[in-house]
Amino acid sequence: MHNKSVAELSRELESGRISSVELTQQFLERLQQEDGKYNSFITIAEEQAMADARVADEMRAAGRATAWTGVPFAHKDIFCTNGVRTTCGSKMLENFVPPYDATVTEKFRQAGAVCLGKTNMDEFAMGSSNESSFFGAVTNPWGLSSGEKRVPGGSSGGSAAAVAARLVPAATATDTGGSIRQPAALCGVTGLKPTYGRVSRYGMIAFASSLDQGGAIARSAEDNALMLNVMAGFDPKDSTSIDREVPDYTATLNEPLKGLKIGLPKEYFTDQLAPAMEEQVRNAVKEYETLGATVKEVSLPNAKLAIAAYYVIAPAEASANLSRFDGVRYGYRCEDPKDLMDMYTRTRAEGFGAEVKRRILVGTYALSHGYYDAYYLKAQKVRRLIQQDFASAFREVDVLMSPTSPSPAFIQGEKTSDPVTMYLEDIFTIAINLAGLPAMSVPAGFVDGLPVGLQIIGDYFAEARLLNAAHQFQQVTDWHQREPK
Amino acid sequence: MQWDIVIGLEIHVQLATRSKIFSGSSTAYGAGPNTQASAVDLAMPGTLPVPNENAFRYAVMFGLAVNAEIGRRSMFERKNYFYPDLPKGYQTTQLAQPIVGPGYVDLDLSEGRTKRVRIHHAHLEEDAGKSLHEAVFDELGHSMSGIDLNRAGTPLIEVVTEPDMNSAEEAVAFARKLHSIVTSLGICDGDMSQGSMRFDVNISLKPKGSDTLGTRTETKNLNSFRFMEQAIAHEVERQMDILEDGGRIIQETRLYNGDRDESRSMRTKEEANDYRYFPCPDLLPVEIDDSFIEEARRSLPELPDERKARFREQYGLNDYDAGQLAGDAKLAAFFEDAVDTGADAKLAANWVQGELSARLNAEEKTVTDSPITGAQLGRLVTRIADNTVSSAGARKVFESLWSGESANVDSIIETRGLKQVSDTGALEAMVDDVLASMPEQVEQYKNEENPKKRKKMLGGFMGPLMKASKGQGNPKLFNEILVRKLDN
Repeated sequence: MHNKSVAELSRELESGRISSVELTQQFLERLQQEDGKYNSFITIAEEQAMADARVADEMRAAGRATAWTGVPFAHKDIFCTNGVRTTCGSKMLENFVPPYDATVTEKFRQAGAVCLGKTNMDEFAMGSSNESSFFGAVTNPWGLSSGEKRVPGGSSGGSAAAVAARLVPAATATDTGGSIRQPAALCGVTGLKPTYGRVSRYGMIAFASSLDQGGAIARSAEDNALMLNVMAGFDPKDSTSIDREVPDYTATLNEPLKGLKIGLPKEYFTDQLAPAMEEQVRNAVKEYETLGATVKEVSLPNAKLAIAAYYVIAPAEASANLSRFDGVRYGYRCEDPKDLMDMYTRTRAEGFGAEVKRRILVGTYALSHGYYDAYYLKAQKVRRLIQQDFASAFREVDVLMSPTSPSPAFIQGEKTSDPVTMYLEDIFTIAINLAGLPAMSVPAGFVDGLPVGLQIIGDYFAEARLLNAAHQFQQVTDWHQREPK
Repeated sequence: MQWDIVIGLEIHVQLATRSKIFSGSSTAYGAGPNTQASAVDLAMPGTLPVPNENAFRYAVMFGLAVNAEIGRRSMFERKNYFYPDLPKGYQTTQLAQPIVGPGYVDLDLSEGRTKRVRIHHAHLEEDAGKSLHEAVFDELGHSMSGIDLNRAGTPLIEVVTEPDMNSAEEAVAFARKLHSIVTSLGICDGDMSQGSMRFDVNISLKPKGSDTLGTRTETKNLNSFRFMEQAIAHEVERQMDILEDGGRIIQETRLYNGDRDESRSMRTKEEANDYRYFPCPDLLPVEIDDSFIEEARRSLPELPDERKARFREQYGLNDYDAGQLAGDAKLAAFFEDAVDTGADAKLAANWVQGELSARLNAEEKTVTDSPITGAQLGRLVTRIADNTVSSAGARKVFESLWSGESANVDSIIETRGLKQVSDTGALEAMVDDVLASMPEQVEQYKNEENPKKRKKMLGGFMGPLMKASKGQGNPKLFNEILVRKLDN
């Protein structure tokens, strides 16, 4: 069962060949046996999962089943789950059990899905290798057979690794600068970051509010569509979510691609990209031409400024978003504080890891009196220029394609000593968050036995078109079905 | 040396919305600690603010009432600082694009002077919670500090004036006027003892006539008009002493202790926080369109200035009486309840401002707590005007109404025997009897040339007349009869 997709599991449950309780037991057993190798879960919520499974079987018996009823999956540990601890990968929230559900969590609950647990992640979603988690690094299932422990990418590294290792068919994820797409690429799975505002952020622990967006990781575009069907929609609890009709994303998966206009941003095909990677990406684009698409080069002249702008805006927002972790109301508090200032400083010094502290410092600096104009305001101007670049590109083409990451999965520890090298991991993904656009990463080949991701970027609310393009590609390729040994 | 005093005010006004500015929690005062704090108010991870439309409506109403421009695009910023009663570690407030732009308020001052005070802007923001440092104990009975977040997220407008006031009198007149405006609008309950309005006073001195402003201090969190007046006097004196000794004023924030009439420095400019304001990414800019403004305009009740003009016009009140009554929406309503019974407006105004106000003050009550209704006072005033009771008798009726002995004016007059005798025939007979019994005094009166002295001597007959009538004779009629009989 573990090799089946969400769509297939849904059919199994529908046919009555297996109950949700049985299916959940199988998945839990496998998860407990296998995850030692990957450390892709922070919490396995066995009791809650079995309770969910029983509810799912009841729903089905009562004729109220949805496509998700009884299907096991996992939540990135950034989504608050009522009654199940939610850590955000941090010591700060090691014992935090929310008394409420995130809107995304609630939607999956209502659909009858069975949450097996919470996946590992970089602390507060800050990282591109899942090495900053307080709960330990996640190991990529790919490359493990050769004895090398490689990173799964980050920050949704736990979700991507778990899906690649067939521990769950799908998992939620979030993307602030590439945190869905880059791990999806490095783990050889399919990930979707929707348009900013498409999925509610309520109950999704904030890193950088104007960039964060919840999304999906699964093995196929079809399963991504099934996930987005549940996740998308206006939420009155999130003022930045957008009130716009949600289509059935599975309905248009089989539209032909004939006449699809693909743009290749020339700034994303430079010598920063390893030649072997580029070859895989260009082969994938050729496949699209075979499917009837046309290809042209486009330019995103300000794309090179994206990383710099991002590393002002995201830390600035984070510096304020993380102020609430002060030891007063919940979460970690230092031992025996001698006064208020001591409680603040030690709680935050002991509760946050190095990367989180680095970003709080950077953000605090960028917003400081006398620096605000030079950093924050300038970065916002760059952000508008980047948005305009994409807007003019989408006047010429329907989708943009590029590599998702500059290189395949690297070895653990390789980039931890130099934060800037690590930040360059997101060089092809970050501009999309600054613009608020939807994008996917789709498995598109291998380099040295490691997966390569193709990034497909769409215009605002073009998720259906992205999923259609990804699905059609997956009808003629089998990269997404390859299983790590 | 002569000094000019320069005063600017910052006033926090709690808006009387039922729920908080960014969450659905109740704003009601006085509930048990933290019983009105939701996950959003507690800044639980992942929670998000949702703006309360009513807070915007109230702010726009305020803007219209102070003749201000309304910010068509209103943005929220985060003001970052750590404090235990500030759950998110930042306050959501407005800086660059506040909802209320420049406006003004006209003040009536003593001796008929008036003054226009300009408002720089007013912005919407959330209140913080409260730190409790007394009477909080842990399970083992150790004293500890507590945090009550019921108030956290209560909507405020912070009104910032230009430094247009030059005395404590002007500053207090402005504060009272603002109180009168927000309570008339019904956007604030005006209860200063519960912190519904809090004043920060910026004060500086400059040599008389100088164009250059001196260094200012800010005295924070004054919550009564009296403390505000005292704090200004205190700070002006403190600054004057320093300047006259050749010293320099340090720009700082000060706290005033009204009970001791003392102030102390809270922090200097150098110690001030860098608040690192930036636009709040959780809230989109709010567009205020014409229809929203027009709807708010239509919902505006009568404002104090309009009401004052109407009281002068409709009831013929003088400027002072009209201003006093119109300035307090509830007192004005009480007055109009009285007049609506058909009572004489001027006499009703006198009673509202005299007997009623004195009694309310003495018992530290507001007009809302008055045991006497406007209609009751109106009926009492009518009985004075139609000579049923004398003023002295009316005060006795007032007492009976106040104590709740009876609610009916006429039955009190009846049962307590306060009805004046106004039957001229009966009164004339009494006058004849009294005059006949006092021939010497009658003679003296008739021989007196000085009209002032004659008038005084007339009073000598009143005592016996009131006695003869058992206090029920109409003094005014007695007087008329006396004059008629003695002067002929």
